Amino acid sequence: MSGLAVLIPLAVLMGLAALGAFLWALRSGQYEDLDGASERIFEEDIKD
Amino acid sequence: MTCCVPGAHSVIDDPSAIEADSSALLSLSRPLGDGRRQLEFAVPDAHCAACIRSIETALLELPQVATARVNLTARRVRIAFDPAVGNPAELAPAIRASGYHTYVLDPAQETTGDPVLGELIRALGVAGFAAGNIMLFSVSVWSGANEATRDLFHWISAIIALPAVAYSGRIFFRSAWRALRVGKTNMDVPISIGVILATALSLFETMQSGRHAYFDASTSLLFFLLIGRTLDHLMRERARSAITGLARLQPRGATRIHDDGRREYLRLDEIAPGMRLEIKGGERVPVDATVVSDGAAFDYSIISGETALHAIPSGGEVVAGANNLGGPVLLQATKASTDSFLARMAAMMDAAENARTRPRRIADRAAAIYAPVVHTIAITTFLGWGLVSGDWHAALLNAVAVLIITCPCALALAVPIVHVVAAGKLFERGILMKDGAALERAAEVTSVAFGKTGTLTIGQPQVVESHAEDGQASAIAAALASASNHPLSRALSAQLGTTGSFAGTIEEISGRGVEGKADGITWRLGSRDWCGLPEDQGSDLTEVWLTANGAVRAWYRFNDLPRPTARASVAELERMGLPARLISGDRQGPVDAIATVVGIGAATGGLRPEQKVEAVADGHTMMVGDGINDAPALRAAYVSMAPTSAADIGRSAADFVFSGEDLGAVPFVIRTAKRAARLVSQNLFLAIGYNAIAVPLAICGLVTPLVAAVAMSSSSIVVVANALRLRFDRRPAVPKAAQDRLVTQETVA
Repeated sequence: MSGLAVLIPLAVLMGLAALGAFLWALRSGQYEDLDGASERIFEEDIKD
Repeated sequence: MTCCVPGAHSVIDDPSAIEADSSALLSLSRPLGDGRRQLEFAVPDAHCAACIRSIETALLELPQVATARVNLTARRVRIAFDPAVGNPAELAPAIRASGYHTYVLDPAQETTGDPVLGELIRALGVAGFAAGNIMLFSVSVWSGANEATRDLFHWISAIIALPAVAYSGRIFFRSAWRALRVGKTNMDVPISIGVILATALSLFETMQSGRHAYFDASTSLLFFLLIGRTLDHLMRERARSAITGLARLQPRGATRIHDDGRREYLRLDEIAPGMRLEIKGGERVPVDATVVSDGAAFDYSIISGETALHAIPSGGEVVAGANNLGGPVLLQATKASTDSFLARMAAMMDAAENARTRPRRIADRAAAIYAPVVHTIAITTFLGWGLVSGDWHAALLNAVAVLIITCPCALALAVPIVHVVAAGKLFERGILMKDGAALERAAEVTSVAFGKTGTLTIGQPQVVESHAEDGQASAIAAALASASNHPLSRALSAQLGTTGSFAGTIEEISGRGVEGKADGITWRLGSRDWCGLPEDQGSDLTEVWLTANGAVRAWYRFNDLPRPTARASVAELERMGLPARLISGDRQGPVDAIATVVGIGAATGGLRPEQKVEAVADGHTMMVGDGINDAPALRAAYVSMAPTSAADIGRSAADFVFSGEDLGAVPFVIRTAKRAARLVSQNLFLAIGYNAIAVPLAICGLVTPLVAAVAMSSSSIVVVANALRLRFDRRPAVPKAAQDRLVTQETVA
C-alpha cells in the first residue's frame, strides 16, 4: 500500500502534465497549420 | 496539381482590383501596435514546401514587410508590414510575381479564433485525460484488487471523473437541456441521462464500498462522443473558412467622389443613395445606381445569364452585380445596399429557404426513435428486477448498465465519421461541402438542373469564327486588341498572340472599341455599328469588326464555349439514371445551341429568377448554377452546387462548391454521396446489431463495468473502420479515354 501512495499521485501528476502540455500546444497555435508543418521540414533553415 | 517551380504559372496583375488600392488595403488591415499593421491574403494555389518558400521569400524582400508566414492548411499568408516604410499595394504584386494567385481577405468576415472548436478540443483533452487515467485504475480493479485497494481506486477515480464529467459533459447537457425545454428530444438527451446516471450511481456505489463503479465508462463515453462531435465541427469549419477564402473582395465597397473632388473608400454598408461613386474597369457595381458618365458598358452575364454586353447611356440605370467592362465610370447611387438588386435576390432566397421542406438529418431521425425505446427498456428493467427479486439496488445497477450500454456511442460516431471521410475525399478533388446534411440529400437526387453561362460554359468569350483579308489586318487587330482591357479584346489578343505594337496613336472609346491612326489610315476595331457597317441579323454571336477607313478588313465572332468535360459529365449523369436539364435566363436560341453541344435534351431559356425557383422546387433536383439570378434557385433546390467562379451570393447559397474547369465534379459528388449513404446505413445497422446483442445481456444483469468498456470501444472502432472504407474507393469519375475523346469532339464542333 505504501508503494501505491507514491505511485498513484505520480501517475495522476504525469497525466495532468500531459494534459497541460496538450492545452499549451493548443494555445500556442501549434495545431493551426498541420499541413504546413509537415511541408516545412523540407525547407532550408533560413533565419526565422 | 501543377508543378511548383517558382514563376511557372503566369498570373495576370489586374490593376483595377482592390489589392492595388493602398487606402482600401490600409482600411482592411489590423493594427499590431508599434506602428505596424497586419493583412491576410488568400493564396489558394499554395500546396507545398516550395510554394511556402517562394511566397515568403518574395514578400520578405520588400522593405515594408516585417514577417510573412504562409498557413498551408488555410491557404493564406499573414503579413505584418510597416506602412511608413512602403506601400501595401506592393504586397499582392510580389505574391503574384512569385507565381500565385492572391487576393486580400476581409478581416470583418473572419471570426477571430473559433470559440466552439476551442471548447470542444479542451473538453476532448480533459475527457481523454480522465478516461485514460481512470481506465488505469479500472484495469487493476478488474484484475482482482483486494477490497481496501478497490475502494481506494474507486475514490481516486471519482475524484478524477466528477470534475471531468462536469467539464466535458456540459456540451451535451446544454444541448439536451435546450431540446427538453422546448419539449423536443435529440441524441444528446439519452447521452446526458446515461452519463449523469452512471456517474451518480458509481459515486453512490463507491460510498457504499460496492463492487461495481462505472466511472471509466462514463468518461470514455464522453471521450468517444467528443471525438465524433469535434470531427464534425472541424469539417464544417474547414469548408466555411475555405469558402470565405474564395470570396473575392468584390463589391464590398467603392470609391466615393466627394463634391470637392476628394476620394474616399467606403464599405458597402456605408454607401447611401445620392453618393457619387467611381467604378473602375473590371469592378462590379456595388449598389443599384444611375450612370453619370458617357459610354459605359456592363456585362450582365452573372445577373441574367446572357453573354451580350449592355451599353448604358448617361442617365441609364444599372443594377448591383453588373461588371464594368469599360474604363472608369461615374455612378450615382440610387439605393442603399440593403435595397439593391442583390438584397432582393437574398430576400427571395430566404423565402425559398422557408418554403422548402427538407428531411431531418438521419442522426436526428434515429435519435427520435432511439431515445424513447432506450428509456422504456431501462425503466422496465428497473421495475422488472425490483418487483421480481425485491432487490432494488441490483435493479438500479442493471437499469444503469442498460443506459450505459445503449448510450449511442456508435450511433453518434456512425454518421459524422462517414461524412468527415467523404468531405476529405471531396476536398482532395477541390470540392467543398458545407455540411453533412447536404451529403445525405445529394444521395437522394433524381435529376440535375444546370445553369448556362459560367456553369455549363466557361463563362469567358472565345473566338469561334474569324476572317481576315490578309496578314496585315490580323496583325493590326492583335495590336489594337492588346491595347484594351475589354474581355473581347483580351480573348482576341489571347487567340492571335502579340505580334508587335501598333505604330501610331491608339485611343479606346469605352463601350465601342479601339481606334488607331497610322500612316493616314484610321483603323477601327469594335462593334458593327461603330465601325459604320449596316445592321445584319446573320449571326447570333457577338462580333468584333476591323475596318480601315470604313472598309472591312477582318471580323471575329465570339461565343462562350462549353466546359471541356460538360458533355462527358452529362452523359455520366444519364448513365447513373439522372436526367439533366438546362434552365437559363438567356434567350432560347443560344440556350438550345449549348444544350445540343453538351447533349442535354430538355432546355428552357428566358427564365426569370422566380421561374427558376419553380423549375427546381419539385422533387429531388440538384441545381448547378453560378449567377446571381441562380442564387434563389440554388437555395430552393433539394441540393445545389456552384463553381468557385460563381458570384458570392450564389456560392454562399450552394451546398457544394467546386473549383476548376471540370464539371465531372457533379457526378463525382453524387456518387460519393450515394456511397456515403450506403456506409451510413451499414454503420447504423452495425450499431443496432451491437445493441441487439448487448441490451439483453444488460437486462439480465450480466454487464459488468469490464464488459461495458469492451463492448463500447469495440463497437466504436468497428463503425470508424467501416467508414474509412470510403477512402479506398478509387474509381475515377470519368474514364480518361472517354474524357479525351469527348474533348476533341467538342473542339471540332
